[in-house]
Amino acid sequence: MFGPEQGHFALALACVLALVQFAVPLWGANRRDARLVGLAPYLAVSQLLALGYSFLCLVMCAVSDDFSVQNVAANSAVSKPLLYKITGVWGNHEGSVLLWTLILAVCGGAVSLFGRNLPDILRGRVLAILGGVSAGFQMFCLLTSDPFERVFPAPMDGQGMNPLLQDPGLAFHPPILYTGYVGFAVPFAFAVAALIEGRVDAAWGRWVRPWAVAAWCFLTCGIALGSWWSYYVLGWGGYWFWDPVENASLIPWLTGTALVHSAIVVEKREGLKIWTVLLAIATFSFSLSGTFLVRSGILNSVHAFANDPARGVFILALLAIVIGGSLALFAWRAPSLTSTGLFSPVSREGSLVLNNILLCSICAVVVTGTMYPPFMQLLAGRTISVGKPFFDAATIPLTLPLLLAMGIGTALPWKRAQLARTFSHLYAAAGIAAIGLALCFWKLSGILPIACGALAIWVIAASVSDVLRRVGIGHTSAQGVWERMKNLPRSSWGAALAHIGAGITILGLCGMSQAEHAIVEVHIGETRSLAGDDWTLLDVHDYIGPNYKAMQADIAIRHNGKLVTILHPEKRDFTTQSQTTTEVAIHTNFITDLYGVVGDRHGTGKDTTYVLRLHRNPLAPWMWLGGLVMAIGGAFSLSDRRMRIGAPKRAAARNMARA
Amino acid sequence: MSVTRRGILTAVPIIGAGVLGVGFWRMLSDMRSGAFDPRAIKNPNVGKPIPTFAMPGLPGLGDGFTDAELKAQHRPVLVNFFASWCIPCVAEMPGLRAISRNMPIWGIAYEDKPENASAFIQRDGSPYARVASDRHGRVAIDWGVTGVPESFLVAPGGRIIWHGSAALDPQIYEAEIRPRLAGL
Repeated sequence: MFGPEQGHFALALACVLALVQFAVPLWGANRRDARLVGLAPYLAVSQLLALGYSFLCLVMCAVSDDFSVQNVAANSAVSKPLLYKITGVWGNHEGSVLLWTLILAVCGGAVSLFGRNLPDILRGRVLAILGGVSAGFQMFCLLTSDPFERVFPAPMDGQGMNPLLQDPGLAFHPPILYTGYVGFAVPFAFAVAALIEGRVDAAWGRWVRPWAVAAWCFLTCGIALGSWWSYYVLGWGGYWFWDPVENASLIPWLTGTALVHSAIVVEKREGLKIWTVLLAIATFSFSLSGTFLVRSGILNSVHAFANDPARGVFILALLAIVIGGSLALFAWRAPSLTSTGLFSPVSREGSLVLNNILLCSICAVVVTGTMYPPFMQLLAGRTISVGKPFFDAATIPLTLPLLLAMGIGTALPWKRAQLARTFSHLYAAAGIAAIGLALCFWKLSGILPIACGALAIWVIAASVSDVLRRVGIGHTSAQGVWERMKNLPRSSWGAALAHIGAGITILGLCGMSQAEHAIVEVHIGETRSLAGDDWTLLDVHDYIGPNYKAMQADIAIRHNGKLVTILHPEKRDFTTQSQTTTEVAIHTNFITDLYGVVGDRHGTGKDTTYVLRLHRNPLAPWMWLGGLVMAIGGAFSLSDRRMRIGAPKRAAARNMARA
Repeated sequence: MSVTRRGILTAVPIIGAGVLGVGFWRMLSDMRSGAFDPRAIKNPNVGKPIPTFAMPGLPGLGDGFTDAELKAQHRPVLVNFFASWCIPCVAEMPGLRAISRNMPIWGIAYEDKPENASAFIQRDGSPYARVASDRHGRVAIDWGVTGVPESFLVAPGGRIIWHGSAALDPQIYEAEIRPRLAGL
């Protein structure tokens, strides 16, 4: 019922359905044939069902330990816990490509279900584009990375999974991140459909924005989760390494953030149309290219997928069709799109343009830094690496004005603003930011962290004061405030929350710039001090785990003689994979993380010493907390949009009922 | 056709994507032929004369050597940086012994206690014609060594012809080193 052959067949069936989903509605839309266009949602849902079945088959193969399937034999083992048998399905190349296409099909299904109020032709074209991309990746899956490939003779047990990946954080990181990546396929399809149609208007902006916001929320969560995982699993004490694979997720996030903002301008002012269409294409193109670069082995990254240049050629051809095709269409059709809005530089839309310029500049910096090493090697034959010093020096100066503008932007009205009036709303926030600046001077060192910290406080204060002003605090009675709070659009709450989240993340980054660490070699009972805390190694003991041997240390941390906590970091030896992992111990009070790692044991008997790494990471949890708040803000604004989008149709129906 | 801002905005993305695409395609095709390896460690000293140095020997293995002695050789020499604490170097030893039947290998012990290095290479028979000790890794810096094991093919007269940053074995010798010996 759920065997590998059924799964393989369902995958092939889904691919055929996707091809039909691509061809029929486009042809129908061209002929203005409503019946053909109307097939699109049914095709999208059947493709989703076929692919979902196929994915379920792969999961069942993994759960039932069917080692005749190459993919299961290479990545699973009988002794692996059930959770990781399931999540391990997408922990490898083949399975992750299948998950990728499944999420794309889910997007198509979602457009079919939630897009009922879209014009039929537009919905048909959007689904056709999604079907085309789907078909390409399902072919990639079938032809070069078949997850259902059999192996003969079937081994008795699998080779197991990298113990580093056996972690709940990483198990759910790929689906969330992929949902973010793939979710941008919907705005992309909307952009291409609009180019085919030759029309972009306010309604288009209103339709495309929820999809972009949803994808953006997932991508934000995915990046935060990945960063958190590297912080607490890898045990390096770092959270972001400017590694090419991390940059590959940051680049679409930056253009996606720009897209989420520029689509507002399309919706409210019918401006920035061409630019928004380009951002929608660019964001998905960067998502695709990120996927491609990681798997082709071109970039030298710590995130190793099994690299295969042959696969790389296939994806590159696919990219050439999808990205090249959409950009060619853009170059051909975009000049005919006309803009109606007139812009004053000092206005809400003016500040959104500034936001877009700065976000895209940061994006350009990250793209340059990521692509420079391989291109330098290709053109000049020199190996170089571009790392943290470059990215810090180039992105932070662009982030400062972005933060400054974030605080002012939401306070500006549309069309034309009076600066004096706007500033009068911002006095309180500016005052709080000034106090914040003093606080930063006291707590932080280095000009850039101080500036970033003060501006982050400014963003948070300005967002809070903006909401307070809108609900009329200080002007109306408590009853009136409550009424206004209920009537304030969810999107305003969402924007404020997302901006506050960004401020929290920036504060976390500033705090982490002041992190202190020490690598010490101590005997049992010895004490070392780090940044005012005394760390004592109390004891070290060995124990045997289910599939590993572990060495556990007890480290007591005292502050002014008072016990704060006892950390139990571990070092585990996984014998079957002959791999060692470190289990970091973290004590957090949400202001400071105390982070301990136990390393090697040296010597014997009384001379035994242990290498410990001790970290004091101020505000570390804020980085991920801020990401979560940003995503919640996005979700808030999404809940508003959905109601609004349904509104015209519902209102029309009500009017008809009345008549 | 006149150049408009709109025209530039629409043309630049496709040109940029095209340039990137061609670049990626070149990288992929070079990767398949072996000409492009993103993980390769390039040594800037290849094609240049060896740096100046003078190193002591290891206990029980004779005197060390200097750049002048290396330059004075009439045959190509394979210079191999190793350390007793380096696992790939242990794995490399049988391969080096096989290669040493075809050409002289001079060893340099990198950041290693002389007695440890000496015991390590004498355990199963030394592949090295001569051995020197780079106790603090100063010489390795001049050679541009990024880790051990690394090997250099030095032509008579002291020019570096080839550099390898992996553990050597007879296959690498046949594929990379022997063809280069023919021209010397």
